[in-house]
Parts: sequence; C-alpha cells; structure tokens
Amino acid sequence: MAAKLSSKVYAWLDERFNLTPLIEFMRHKSVPVHKHTIWYYMGGVTLFLFIVQVTTGILLLLYYQPGVDSAYESVRFIMTKVHFGWLIRAVHSWSANLMIFFIFIHMFSVFFTRAFEKPRELTWVSGFILLALALGFGFSGYLLPWNELAFFATKVGTDIVGAVPLIGGFLKTLLRGSEDVTGATLTRFYGIHVAVIPAIFTVVLALHLLFVQRQGMHEPEYVRTLPPERKKEIPFFPNFLLRDMLLWLIVLNILLFLAVFFPWELGFKADPFAPAPQGIRPEWYFMFMFQTLKFLPGHILFLEGEVVGILFFGFLGIIWLLVPFWEEFFPAAKNKKFMTAVGVIGIIYIGVMTALGYLL
Amino acid sequence: MGVSRRNFLNVLLGGSLMGWLASVLYPILSYLRPPKIPEANVNSVKVGPVDDIAPNSAKIVKFGRKPVILIRDDGGEFHAFSATCTHLDCIVQYRQDTKQIWCACHNGTYDLRGRNLSGPPPKPLDEFAVNIVNDEVFVSKPKQVS
Repeated sequence: MAAKLSSKVYAWLDERFNLTPLIEFMRHKSVPVHKHTIWYYMGGVTLFLFIVQVTTGILLLLYYQPGVDSAYESVRFIMTKVHFGWLIRAVHSWSANLMIFFIFIHMFSVFFTRAFEKPRELTWVSGFILLALALGFGFSGYLLPWNELAFFATKVGTDIVGAVPLIGGFLKTLLRGSEDVTGATLTRFYGIHVAVIPAIFTVVLALHLLFVQRQGMHEPEYVRTLPPERKKEIPFFPNFLLRDMLLWLIVLNILLFLAVFFPWELGFKADPFAPAPQGIRPEWYFMFMFQTLKFLPGHILFLEGEVVGILFFGFLGIIWLLVPFWEEFFPAAKNKKFMTAVGVIGIIYIGVMTALGYLL
Repeated sequence: MGVSRRNFLNVLLGGSLMGWLASVLYPILSYLRPPKIPEANVNSVKVGPVDDIAPNSAKIVKFGRKPVILIRDDGGEFHAFSATCTHLDCIVQYRQDTKQIWCACHNGTYDLRGRNLSGPPPKPLDEFAVNIVNDEVFVSKPKQVS
C-alpha cells in the first residue's frame, strides 16, 4: 500500500520534473576507497555541525534579547530558567568550536592530498570563503552574551580592523555602529550573526556542495594512476552515506558529552568602565593571530606594530586563498615536498602560537 | 567616423546602470554609517573627597563617555590619564605591586606620567589635569601641549 502510494507520488513528480536522470546520477555516484578515504568524511562532519548550529541557533533566538541591559540577562535566563536551555546554549557554543576545528582539518587534508588542483580550484576558493564566514560567525557570536571577556575581545578585534590602511576607520565604525563598542555594536553583531552571514554562508555552501557533486571526489595521484581493475570504490547511496551518518552520530555524542560535562561559562557582565581583566583572550582559533600581535613591538620601521600585523595576516590570507594557482606563478609549488613543508610550517606556527597564547 | 548607434546605446545604458546602482548604494552605505550623537561637552568631572582614594591606588572615572584613570601615588599626589590603552583600545589598570599603569590585554605598561614603557603601546596616554578644591578631587580636560 505504502509502496504503491510512494511510487504513485514519484511518478507524479517525475512526470513534471523529470527526476529519473537525477536518480540515475545518484545511483551511480561512488566514492573511491584507499588509505586516505578517511579524509572524505571531514567535510561531511563540518556540514553536520553547521546543521546543529542552525538548529540550536534558531532555538536560542526564541529567548535571546540583544541590548546592553538584556543580552547578558537573557542568556543567563536561557541557562538557568529555560528547560534544557543550558544544554542548547552549551551545544551551540561547543558545536561552533568543533565546526571551526573540523573546517581546519578538512582544509589541511585537502591541502596535503592536493585535492585543490585542477579542476577543483573553485571548490578550494569557495571553501576558503566558508572558512572566513565561519570565523565571522565566531567573532560576531562571541560578543552576543555581552560578558567581560567578549566585550574586550571585541574592542581589540574591531580596533585591529581599524588599523587597516585607508578604509580601516570606516570599517571600524561600520562594525561598531559607534565610536566605541556599545549597545549599537551588539545590535549590529546580532544582525550580522543571525541574518547577514547565514544568508551568504548558505549560498556559498550550496555552491561548494554543487561543485563537489558535479566533479566527484578527488583521487590522490597514486590512486588515479592505478589500472581500473585495482581501483576500489563504494556506492555513495547507501554505503558511504550510512558511514557518514554513523560518524555524525558519534560526533553528536561527543558534542553532548562536552556540553553536559564541560558546560560553557557565561562569566561576568561587561562593564565599559572597568579595567580589562587579566586573561582576556579571543576564541582559540584567533589565538595565533592575537599572540603574534602581542609579540610585535609598538613600531616596526615607520609603521605601528599592529598595522604590520594586520597587513601580514591579510597578505597570508590572500596567499592561502590562491593556493590552487600558486604553480602558475612559481614552479616550486608543483613540488609535493615543498607544498607539504609549507603546510607543516603553517600548522606548526598556528600550533606553537596558540599554545603560547594559553601558556604565557 | 562618428559614434555608432550601438556604441552610443551601450554608453547610454551602461551609464544609466551605473547611475542607478549609485542611487541605490549611496543611501544604503550612508545608512550604515552611524549618525554622530552630540556628546555633552564635559570639561571637568568631580570625583569625590580626597580621602576616598588611598595612596598607591586608583579609580576609573567616567569622563563623558570615556574612561579616565585617576591614580594617587605613594606620595599622595594625583595623576589622571585616559584609561584607553593606545594599543588596541582596552581599559588599563593601576598595578599596586609595580606602581605602573598596566594593560591586561597585551601586557603593555606605562609609567605614572603616562609614558609607554614596554609592550606594544605605540603612544603615551593622554594626560588629564587634576585639581583639588575644598578637599574634593576634580579631573579636567587634557592639558594642552604648548
């Protein structure tokens, strides 16, 4: 009965939208199996965590009230009075951090397996944009509880933006909505966090996924050159998808474990007339940049230290965005060992600076 | 050879499109820039009785919308500076152990004349004048550099 009904519905839709080629495409979609297959799952985990973020974010929206006199109080209300509010908020915070963590893993796995190479240049570029947007999500969301740490981290973060040559002052006022970090900043960040970035993120994510579907999974060179009879693959539906979902389930369990046993603190309410507390720091994924700025002296040649810092990281960002195009400009990028060394140096730099940020 | 009809139309339509875009973007960009809210022109702030601030301690004072740090040194003398770190906008504090002004964000230090001593701050803190009238402490606008 149910089968008959569903085949009727399918026939009705197929007649109108010609679904058969799509179904055929999905039926033939396959995933290569080799010793690096594990990395194929990292993008999926990131996607899963994004879905968790959207879900918990919408739930938080029901009670959160932006505003200097209400933001902190409403988050406290969510955490202490709303049924399971503590859980929803903790999951949102943990999942945000795990999402960024998995974006980094996904990105470096793509880098080391050279999956960014032709014809997947734009998949890398769209992925980089998603990383930048995710960092924007993190930065804007950090301020929303209006606590002390977030307040000063935002003061510092937006002041760094102000150091950008020429347009810095305009950008800083644009972000802050006033000269200082005030209630105006909070409402702006709120709008950016729940409307602007989600809208752009969804479009870029759709493109990113479309590119992956259209081009299929990347095979490392040693797999690509194997004779067809020695290549192994599994169908995407249902084999790969089921494994994907099993991993999602594991990640969900880890997420709940973290949320329950390591709940996210709210801290003290921000006071714009109190000295910055000791131990003020941004989220861990900004730590390596924060720590670098700490090491820079007041002046380097004729420029202020922070201007040098922001130019340095801006330059690195553009270089990283252009990874797939490096070999067109300098031949060393074709050398796998060179590229691996670049990636390893990058990871060591981020790792050491992050560790110093927490230890010093 | 005059301008062809096609080129003329391209320029006309392209120009109109640019004009249209500008007329849409200009109000949006202007809207994003917050209006300047007139600030009450604060010239002087009364902090309170001299005895409220013990030697070797400090207090953050609201000077209009800006924080000012008022310090009383070991000798009982008062000093006031803008409390906004010249590095990245954090609010500084007085350290009783080192007798210096310290910014916790990036470990910047200033001496009791507001001069940047160590860490990343690129400039000294703006100095404010402190006056004692009838045992009450007043902080007023930065001393003019002559």
